[in-house]
Amino acid sequence: MSKILMKGNEAVAKAAINAGCRLYFAYPITPQSELIEYMAKMMPTVNGVFLQAESEVSAINMVYGAAGCGKRVMTSSSSPGVSLKMEGISYLAGAQLPCVIINVQRGGPGLGDIQPAQGDYFQATKGGGHGDYRLIVLAPASVQEFADMASDAFDLADKYRNPVMILADGMLGQMMEPVEFKTPKTDEEIEELGRQHEDWCICPNQDGDLKHHHEINSLEIDPLVLEQHVIKLYKKYDQIEANEIRYETHNINDDNEIVVASFGTASRVVRSAVDELNAEGHSIGMVRPITVWPFPYEEIAKSIGPKVKKVYVFELNTGQMLEDVKLAVSGKVPVEFWGKVGGIVFTPAEIKEKLQACF
Amino acid sequence: MEVIAKRPQSLTAVPFTYCPGCMHGVAHRLIAEAIDEQGLINKMTGVAPVGCAVFAYKFFNFDMAQAAHGRAPAVATGMKRARPDMHVFTYQGDGDLAAIGTAEIVHAANRGEHISVFFVNNAIYGMTGGQMAPTTLPDMKTTTSPYGRKVDDIGYPIRICELLDTLVAPYYIERVSLLSPADIVKAKRAVQKAIQYNKEERGFTFVEFVSTCPTNWGLDPAKAQVWAKENMLPFFKPGLFRDKGAEVKS
Ligand SMILES: Cc1ncc(C[n+]2csc(CCOP(=O)(O)OP(=O)(O)O)c2C)c(N)n1
Ligand code: SF4
Ligand SMILES: [Mg+2]
Repeated sequence: MSKILMKGNEAVAKAAINAGCRLYFAYPITPQSELIEYMAKMMPTVNGVFLQAESEVSAINMVYGAAGCGKRVMTSSSSPGVSLKMEGISYLAGAQLPCVIINVQRGGPGLGDIQPAQGDYFQATKGGGHGDYRLIVLAPASVQEFADMASDAFDLADKYRNPVMILADGMLGQMMEPVEFKTPKTDEEIEELGRQHEDWCICPNQDGDLKHHHEINSLEIDPLVLEQHVIKLYKKYDQIEANEIRYETHNINDDNEIVVASFGTASRVVRSAVDELNAEGHSIGMVRPITVWPFPYEEIAKSIGPKVKKVYVFELNTGQMLEDVKLAVSGKVPVEFWGKVGGIVFTPAEIKEKLQACF
Repeated sequence: MEVIAKRPQSLTAVPFTYCPGCMHGVAHRLIAEAIDEQGLINKMTGVAPVGCAVFAYKFFNFDMAQAAHGRAPAVATGMKRARPDMHVFTYQGDGDLAAIGTAEIVHAANRGEHISVFFVNNAIYGMTGGQMAPTTLPDMKTTTSPYGRKVDDIGYPIRICELLDTLVAPYYIERVSLLSPADIVKAKRAVQKAIQYNKEERGFTFVEFVSTCPTNWGLDPAKAQVWAKENMLPFFKPGLFRDKGAEVKS
């Protein structure tokens, strides 16, 4: 298939439809509005459901209802709107409902601004909503990856009956890049995807006899029963940690003097700086977590070669993934951090300068 | 032996968790009977609220969802849009529907979602132990209005049927009372109509039940009925607000 030049927001929307998403509920917010607008335009052409909800709270609860019916369903928003979805995300996790949530992050806290930022890392990976649960969180670094993650996210959601978040940012949402799309799923394939859930989801009885009573529910009033439920969730999360960690390494070898870690949009800027310095004769390795939960702790630890003096973390926040990298490095070498906030993206020159100061 | 009364097929055998004399059980039964009568049990689904009826997902004998506090109309919207071949209702209390879930109910009604909403107004937060509700009457004492609801401070009770009746889309809106056997017979007719319209995909249908909470009102069930008749019915007047089906016929 040939490549199409598209904005990240539109590319991920198109890819979601290709992946069989036929229900989408959301509320407008910059910088993700192209996503909701694309869905408004395209969902009717595939007999899908597009509904502009009265709030992000309602949108995520519509997702809960549709996911409870076993259908591929998605919502998207940007930081302040994602905060409003957190109640619903906790319920989705508790009731084990598969769905996809996209956060096109902007600057915060509060209303912040509408420029790219990575300040929602904690919210996405460490809870955000109440209770003991985990979200699978994918962090794309290019428009192509953003689009590819749509189908990955739905597959992971279905496989584990768990909500999945794609943690993007305003830069990726707005940026245009050439994208190659996967073959769209046929109506029959989408039907089949829905049928895999019919042993637990809300669905009609096929014939006249009453057969099932499925409950979409996160309430277990008996502590001993809730304990078992949460333990079951934790076993699932263990499985996800064992099977689904995704990351990318670049120029990791035994000569590395520095290893850098960065995710999403930030990692692209960092990578150009790293490449320039390596061309000048340095040896810098790079790790980019693609799943930020589950987090590649061991993989980062393994990337630290014998000559590494320092691990450097760069983010568009005040140091959030930094905490996970520190856990991974676990005191082996010093971990340094530099970031930019306010919706300002650092330049390769700035990163270069920070790294040069280490030699 | 001839069976003259039995549990509707649309209710499970799970015993109700309601206090003696509580009307939630009566409301459940009316809904279940209407679903049985319309032969909808295999295509029916519903949403339980947060409130004393939180376990409604166990009581109705078909697939059910339990929603976050106030969000049932949004959840039901997602369900109906995902499974247009099924019929969806929500069951909600006054705190759930008229306080925390005000946006969800107004907008589901305004979209004319093809769902039925059953709203149990007992003028109090039953489940959490008797706090003030948006429907608590002026000067009525609750645990969070220990000196009585002061309308200058906290406003008047909200009349939801009247509020929804300002919207264009709703198909059917009626307020009924559960305060006497005769009223319950009338309430049954309203529930039947809502479920029938739901089956026929006519649009958004809404039935409010004026009910009681003997436990948190601190009254025995019989006195609670009398108190509600004297105090609630003058403010929450039963009546048919909207029936687009009847308009069509006449
Ligand atoms: C987000 C949230 N806030 C508060 C509560 C606590 N809570 C549980 S039930 C309830 C009130 C229910 O009252 P109502 O809807 O009138 O139902 P009733 O019990 O009277 O039938 C409240 C405030 C909750 N569960 N979730
Ligand atoms: S607390 Fe009130 S509303 Fe709740 S079950 Fe008891 S009587 Fe019914
Ligand atoms: Mg109440």
